Amino acid sequence: MAKYIIKRVILAVVTVFVVATITFFLMNLVPGGPFITEKSISVQAQEALKEKFGLDKPLIVQYKNYMLSILQGDFGLSLRQRGRTVSDIIGSRFPISARLGGISMVVAVVIGVPLGSVAALNRGKWGDKVITVIATCGAAFPSFVICTVGMYIFGVHLGWLPTMGLTAPANYILPVFALSFYPMAYITRLMRSSMLDVIGQDYMRTARAKGLSQANRLFRQALRNAILPVITYVGPMLAYLLAGTFVVEKIFVIPGLGGQFVSSILNRDYTVIMGTTIFLATLVIVINALVDIAYKFIDPRVQLK
Amino acid sequence: MTKKNPLSLQLKVEDFLPATDAEKQSLVQMRPGVSFWKDAMRRLSKNKVAMVSLAVIVIIMLFSFVVPSLYPYKYEQQVKGSENLYPLKYSQQEQARIDAGEKVFPHVLGTDDLGRDYAVRVMMGSRISLLVGLIASALILIIGSIYGAVAGFFGGWADMIMMRIVDIIYTVPDILMIILISFAISEPMKNLANQPGFHWIQTVGVNLISIFLVFALLYWVGMARIVRSQVLTLKQNEFVTAARALGASSGRIIGRHLLTNCIGILIVTTTLQIPSAIFTESFLSFLGLGVAIPMPSLGSLASDALNGLTSYPYRLLAPALLISLIILSFNLFGDGLRDAFDPKLKH
Repeated sequence: MAKYIIKRVILAVVTVFVVATITFFLMNLVPGGPFITEKSISVQAQEALKEKFGLDKPLIVQYKNYMLSILQGDFGLSLRQRGRTVSDIIGSRFPISARLGGISMVVAVVIGVPLGSVAALNRGKWGDKVITVIATCGAAFPSFVICTVGMYIFGVHLGWLPTMGLTAPANYILPVFALSFYPMAYITRLMRSSMLDVIGQDYMRTARAKGLSQANRLFRQALRNAILPVITYVGPMLAYLLAGTFVVEKIFVIPGLGGQFVSSILNRDYTVIMGTTIFLATLVIVINALVDIAYKFIDPRVQLK
Repeated sequence: MTKKNPLSLQLKVEDFLPATDAEKQSLVQMRPGVSFWKDAMRRLSKNKVAMVSLAVIVIIMLFSFVVPSLYPYKYEQQVKGSENLYPLKYSQQEQARIDAGEKVFPHVLGTDDLGRDYAVRVMMGSRISLLVGLIASALILIIGSIYGAVAGFFGGWADMIMMRIVDIIYTVPDILMIILISFAISEPMKNLANQPGFHWIQTVGVNLISIFLVFALLYWVGMARIVRSQVLTLKQNEFVTAARALGASSGRIIGRHLLTNCIGILIVTTTLQIPSAIFTESFLSFLGLGVAIPMPSLGSLASDALNGLTSYPYRLLAPALLISLIILSFNLFGDGLRDAFDPKLKH
């Protein structure tokens, strides 16, 4: 077990390092540098700016400085938002995205797990068929389709829900629906197949032979075993939600980190792009590693490699 | 007849007599053997959902590859005076031409704010989406299968290092890297397009090439893992030992014996990659990182439609529903293929 944990942690650290390195060199691949588009700036001013941001030094020195400073949690200054540090921008934007993503994650699990279980327990009946159709369609609709079509139907056409910002609780309904639809559909399918697998196991028959009540069998035996594969989906779900927030925050004009990332790409705010990429990638990689390690503790049947 | 000595090497004469008719009869094949392909195709053709999906895919392909070249309007053609028309409506000039007895092809889905026929733009958009899906999957198939087969076949240190690289790429959040790479290489690609001999980049579009490059760089890892695990079990087979004993090179064994033996799983995985590539392309186009103007993509069409959502909702609904239909059909067809090629996997 200790060996596996060490291996997993090393892999995570190496991956974060690789991502940071790739990010740094990709950003420097773009010719012209960050100030080339500001035509009004004189050559001297450009030089001064470059010196201020340390861009006049050789690439390898810049790389070393950047890596050392991000180790201390310092992502540098934003090139476009005067006087703000990248850490400051991430710190103010990220909680909004995290809350949105967290609610969506909870909604996806809370709806997906019961739906999948119900489908498995009613296998072949109409309830199962309806749920399977919903889950299949859910996996086919890109988040921007759900977002925009939902916005049109409920926001513009019917006028029931607000379509902008994130001020009132009602504002959360559409973004959360759009974000959680795909993970919910996926969890439903996952839960259905794993539940079907579990209720066919010998220990379920044993539980029944022992005279345990149906509620006990379902919730204490079946559900606890069947829910395990859902835990492995937490990592991919996180990555999906991350991508989803780019679209959702752009459409619903939510001042979160995803929308910020997209606009910083369009504005070519290099330091913000680098900082956000490294921050989000680290987040996903660390949570993935934690989930993998936790999974081995929760399910002792899983073989350690 | 005397009893035959069990140690005698004398041959039995009756073993060398011509076969009787009864013996011949027993060797006649009653019905032709069912090959792997025929078996899979039979299972597939019985799967109604998969066949309907296939029909939908074929229809969409006809509309996106054949119909635009026969269509009276071109996707970048701006019809003066026909801006922002509603579906099946005509502008004043066009109405005048109709009154004069001329035939004017109707704008089935109206026109956009620059007077471009929307129906042909949606068709071109789905052509881009399908092309991205098919080419990206082909790239993934080639890179992933070769990488996975090499790692699985050679094993040992090579396998160890190659699979650690796969692990790293696997844990990198792909969307972040795609956005980053397509952003970072778009400028160098534009410069490259101006060099002699690289003008084709301009016609294909810089962002589209970035997308392919990104798929080729990042998305093959899933395929590599699947192929590797297949090759690990396949290489234990006697035919590999036999091929090696006959002096076949490693490359020949991988290409002719190992990869051909996991053809089923290759087909299934590739088909299921198509919708995921289309998914990602539409996502990037929606964010403004996809195809270059004036080329439409279903994602960018939906993104543009957001501006006039109250007046022209069908401009959003048409590309949005079409992209969902394409992804849904490929998903269902891929599931059908999986059931057909590998019935053991069926839940």
